[in-house]
Amino acid sequence: MNKVYPDAKSALAGLLKDDMMIMSGGFGLCGIAETLSDAIRDAGVKNLTVVSNNAGVDGIGLSRLLETRQIKKMISSYVGENKLFAQQYLAGELELEFCPQGTLAERIRAGGAGIPAFFTKTGVGTLVAEGKEVREFDGEKYLMERGLFADLAIVHAWKGDTAGNLVFRKTARNFNPMMATAAKITVAEVEHLVPAGEIDPDHIHTPGIFVKRIVEVGTALKRIEQRTTRKREAAAAT
Amino acid sequence: MAWTREQMAARAAKELRDGFYVNLGIGIPTLVSNYIPDGVDVQLQSENGMLGMGPFPYEGEEDPDLINAGKQTVTELPTTSYFSSADSFAMVRGGHIDLSILGAMQVAQNGDLANWMIPGKMVKGMGGAMDLVAGVKRVVVVMEHSAKDGPKLLKQCLLPLTGERVVDMVVTDLAVFTIDKHGNDGMALVELADGVTLDEVKAKTEAEFRVALKNA
Repeated sequence: MNKVYPDAKSALAGLLKDDMMIMSGGFGLCGIAETLSDAIRDAGVKNLTVVSNNAGVDGIGLSRLLETRQIKKMISSYVGENKLFAQQYLAGELELEFCPQGTLAERIRAGGAGIPAFFTKTGVGTLVAEGKEVREFDGEKYLMERGLFADLAIVHAWKGDTAGNLVFRKTARNFNPMMATAAKITVAEVEHLVPAGEIDPDHIHTPGIFVKRIVEVGTALKRIEQRTTRKREAAAAT
Repeated sequence: MAWTREQMAARAAKELRDGFYVNLGIGIPTLVSNYIPDGVDVQLQSENGMLGMGPFPYEGEEDPDLINAGKQTVTELPTTSYFSSADSFAMVRGGHIDLSILGAMQVAQNGDLANWMIPGKMVKGMGGAMDLVAGVKRVVVVMEHSAKDGPKLLKQCLLPLTGERVVDMVVTDLAVFTIDKHGNDGMALVELADGVTLDEVKAKTEAEFRVALKNA
């Protein structure tokens, strides 16, 4: 069975429809599936619910789907650095469900693992707890949170093989491995596509069973959100 | 003479112990990494999926795949490991991180913390703050003692909470307080910044506290 597609458009062909829920990997601009999210914009599907830790920054990533008003609702932990998001939200044009970052990660992990709900102490006594069941275990209070499972997940990996096995690089891993497990169909964009067998099986982060389609996108789009550096110390005087 | 931001960070750094795994928030807490005491070996956790966080890279060596939770470029160390966000918050929620140092808008005398939203203003989100304060073993807040519009150490938080009874210690530019978050001992003033008087702290603090100065 062939999982490899020549470009993002064909990798998403037949998968997109209005009103669907999409998981989108990444933290800030690190490890986002930018080529695939651009292809979703080009496809023009509307009323999307998007699960993503952030919503891109102005002009980049998911923010491009805000420009075209394709997103109805975001489920995120942090949406700063995005003026367009703020405008649409304050105008009542965009729904937002804030979810603590660790709870978001676990909701996705649980959804992908067939776990419909779990209990966590994160958010007890806060606005996040409104409307949720609180239960006591061993004398402490915990909130019930629901697992998340989407129609489609788009993820970004450093290396992938023709069987769909994925390897992530450094902090670009973030939400990508859980999201790959938590959708009916997962499409992966990879910087380097290699034949099956080339990646050491012990080094695979996401097994190919979770990845239905894969497309090679290269490294051209990788971006830095906050470039912070230090000065080299002057060579010691001799 | 109140403490500067650097002096507040240096004071918070005294809470570090050899072998600690530590998560530092954005702002003054980030400066704490400049004041790690000699002989104390700590590993910094970044909740986006990194343990053993190194300093900013040299110019020209920035890697878009290597950032901290503030989305700033950082570097790796010989001790570094990378992991998913789910594993990262297993460390946080599971109580494996020894210490979290973070900023705050308001802290109450029972340890309640508010640092994520002001009603009526655009809310950026809580990020990992609610998970950190709920799960990390010990929570130290570093913040200015007063806001422009009044005290920040209160009987009860007025802003929406980040966590209930989660703060163990508060370091401000004027003083250091401890909080008995699980018991009924409340808040105690344990140190004054250089040149700051007890009267000044009393005047600028709404929360009730007992005085337990170490060197008084």
